[in-house]
Amino acid sequence: MEDQLKIDFEKKLKDFSYSDQEKKFKETNFEEFLKQGFPNRKLENWKFSDLNQIIKNNIGELTFYNDYKKENQIDKIELISELEHNKIIIVDGKIEKIDFKFEDKDKVVVLVEQGEETIKENINSLINLNNAFSNKFCKIIIKKNYSLKKPLVIYHSTNKNTQSKNTNSRIDFKLEENACLRLIDIFKDNSEKNFLNIYYNFELDKSSILKNYKIDKAINNNVKYSYNNVKQEANSISETFILSSGSKFFKNEINCDLLGQHSSAFVNGIFDLDDENHHEIKSNINHLVENTKSYQLVKSVLEKKSKAVYQGKIFVSSEAQKTDGYQLSNAILLSENSEFNAKPELEIYADDVKCSHGSSSGSLDDNSIFYLMSRGLNFKEAKKLLINGFLLDVIEKITDEEIKNLIKNLLGVKE
Amino acid sequence: MRDKQIEDLKDYKYGFSTDIESFKAPKGLNEDVIKFISNIKKEPRWLLDWRLKAFERLKVLKEPDWQKPKYPKIDYQDLYYYSAPKSFKDKPKSLDELDPKLLETYQKLGIPLNEQKRLNGIAVDAVFDSVSVATTFKETLTKQGIIFCSISEAVQKHPELVKKYLGTVIPLTDHFFATLNSAVFTDGSFVYIPPGVRCPMELSTYFRINASDTGQFERTLIIADKGSYVSYLEGCTAPMRDENQLHAANVELIALDDAEIKYSTVQNWYPGDKDGKGGIYNFVTKRGLCKGKNSKISWTQVETGSAITWKYPSCILKGDNSIGEFYSIAITNNHQKADTGTKMIHLGKNTKSKIISKGISAGFSDMTYRGLVDISPKATNSNNFTQCDSLLMGNKCGAHTVPYIKNKNSDSNIAHEATTSKISEEQLHYCQQRGLNPEEAVGLIVNGFCKEVLQQLPMEFAVEAQKLVGISLEGSVG
Repeated sequence: MEDQLKIDFEKKLKDFSYSDQEKKFKETNFEEFLKQGFPNRKLENWKFSDLNQIIKNNIGELTFYNDYKKENQIDKIELISELEHNKIIIVDGKIEKIDFKFEDKDKVVVLVEQGEETIKENINSLINLNNAFSNKFCKIIIKKNYSLKKPLVIYHSTNKNTQSKNTNSRIDFKLEENACLRLIDIFKDNSEKNFLNIYYNFELDKSSILKNYKIDKAINNNVKYSYNNVKQEANSISETFILSSGSKFFKNEINCDLLGQHSSAFVNGIFDLDDENHHEIKSNINHLVENTKSYQLVKSVLEKKSKAVYQGKIFVSSEAQKTDGYQLSNAILLSENSEFNAKPELEIYADDVKCSHGSSSGSLDDNSIFYLMSRGLNFKEAKKLLINGFLLDVIEKITDEEIKNLIKNLLGVKE
Repeated sequence: MRDKQIEDLKDYKYGFSTDIESFKAPKGLNEDVIKFISNIKKEPRWLLDWRLKAFERLKVLKEPDWQKPKYPKIDYQDLYYYSAPKSFKDKPKSLDELDPKLLETYQKLGIPLNEQKRLNGIAVDAVFDSVSVATTFKETLTKQGIIFCSISEAVQKHPELVKKYLGTVIPLTDHFFATLNSAVFTDGSFVYIPPGVRCPMELSTYFRINASDTGQFERTLIIADKGSYVSYLEGCTAPMRDENQLHAANVELIALDDAEIKYSTVQNWYPGDKDGKGGIYNFVTKRGLCKGKNSKISWTQVETGSAITWKYPSCILKGDNSIGEFYSIAITNNHQKADTGTKMIHLGKNTKSKIISKGISAGFSDMTYRGLVDISPKATNSNNFTQCDSLLMGNKCGAHTVPYIKNKNSDSNIAHEATTSKISEEQLHYCQQRGLNPEEAVGLIVNGFCKEVLQQLPMEFAVEAQKLVGISLEGSVG
């Protein structure tokens, strides 16, 4: 793999003329990834999902080079029809189209050139990989007091003939004071056995609101990793909803720094897994100042040989008095071979806090099944009804009505 | 009067050291020292080989470093691995022959070894530094066929039992500290309860580290044969010393069909002074194996001492219908650190486990609950319930919860809940309104918080533990 990496990286550097600063940034990140490689189970964060092994088993040898000069076909990508929206289309890690046709031109600023260096800290080797191989990244700024009229949908797609390839994409968002963004991520996989690595940075200024809905529904054989880095100033709200279902492997990582008072973070997730899919949600909510709030709810329904992992961490620094942190995960195991692993973690250094977590896993309740069957439903219907109700709890947490309905339709969940 | 009592209790009252000449092995960890220990204990060849095998394994093992409380590197070559009161070279045959100074020490600790004076009928095995000094109530126990003696004695008198069970729960190849213990363990208790016998009294061991620069490596092995029952208590203290002392014990419990073992610990090793200087490193491996059907192992621990506590008393639920329980109170104050919890490994069908953990941290201390619940694919119809609550006093301390939950069986249920909070102002106000001073009020509330665990302790211990809970938190209020 190392040789392939080196060849591909050389090739990439030759494609564009990078400034010295850019080049150095890419090189340092590349070196760091070479040193660490793909994360494996020896790392605490990856204990339940050994990515190195998963890539080996599902993809084999990866290639890393992407030709960002090539124009990709996008007209065949099926777009959401139920909902008017702005869109960004990413194919093989390259942003092919940015379209904010519903918005005021001067309120949404898109910078495609590499701006000033943003994140320097070392997060993990996958971010290094992303920084080394991603295209010039894109920064989207939502101006003060502006609320996007329509949601922004980002389509993540792959080319038909892309195979055994690692694709990297990165977008930075800045929400200025009192701005509001609704963001939907949708996956349209046209090819198999790729490793998609997605990295978002969000800066939420005072009183801004971010709603991010990640929808991974279509069945596909790709391996995916997504990292959301959210920094929140006072009174800001971030809401993340993850529907984790279709991919072979998907790990969603949310890192949320609550830096301003009265900021709050919500992370809700559904694992709806079948076959041998293996998905994970890892959240890190860092309460760093007084009076902040976080709420997390994750529910799983696991069929066949599927495996779901939820690692949720609440960190409360000693300054963060009056923190309110809550975390709950429930799982229903429908098959003998399914597996649910959880690590709900609390790390608390302040005393005047209210923090709790709960986790449960088990089978469907026999009594409820019996009750429904006594009312004339057959076993299949009874099971479906119970699961619907179970998942509806999470869907009801979605604060945007339009998108809530969209997701309900996708899942076939009725009230 | 009450204030006076509290004043007296504030300091670590077990901090004295006894001036007894001791007989030590040369400093350092090497084959010769292991041979020396084995030789002085007149051990059979197989045990020496076993120790050496562990030592070989130790050479390739690395000290684990994933724990929360970090500590300065321990120089294993700068420790004495064997220390015994000098008068012990020829072991006294009865209590009358014991060094009076030793008796005095245990008297001071509140553990009278003189049987005549005992009223509450607890058989005691006292371990001083590296060796077991006295075991009481032997006759009564022997009548029932119960073996309760030091492990060195068991090696001589019941080698077949020791050979059969030693290392079956904590294998030689386990982690660093367990393997270290296997190589150099010096003494500890051995208990065997024959089939169908209900042990008529509580069995108890009292550990005391006296000599400086010594590590204490005791090994306890408890076997409850079919249909038997035993309740075992363990207490520990150490003198105040500026340097840190290592205590790396191994405790193995084996419960056969229908047997039950109840293991209670009140751990009050010297915690270091209020600036965090000195204190014991308590790195203990405790593991119980529910080997037979319908067997039950229950751990209860009150952890108030030690500079660093790092242990996870575990249950391996191998037999069908077996039950594992873990009740814990851990209190850290000043600069104490604790990383403790349990592992419940469900292997058999219909196995059940219950975890109740109460953590209280005050001062500059740091407390972590770390636990594992693992239900394997074959453990059909198993059940776990976990509750861990933490109480914080002040914003200089930390309380953390790190549970690992693995469910691989669709017919099994796991429920876990955890909370972190502080003592509510309302409760404090109410108690103070009734005339309690703030410290008493906190003591009362904390005792209430711990009640679920305290109830599990045998009566004599529960009283001591309740007092300890109060003492440990002295100075943390206001």
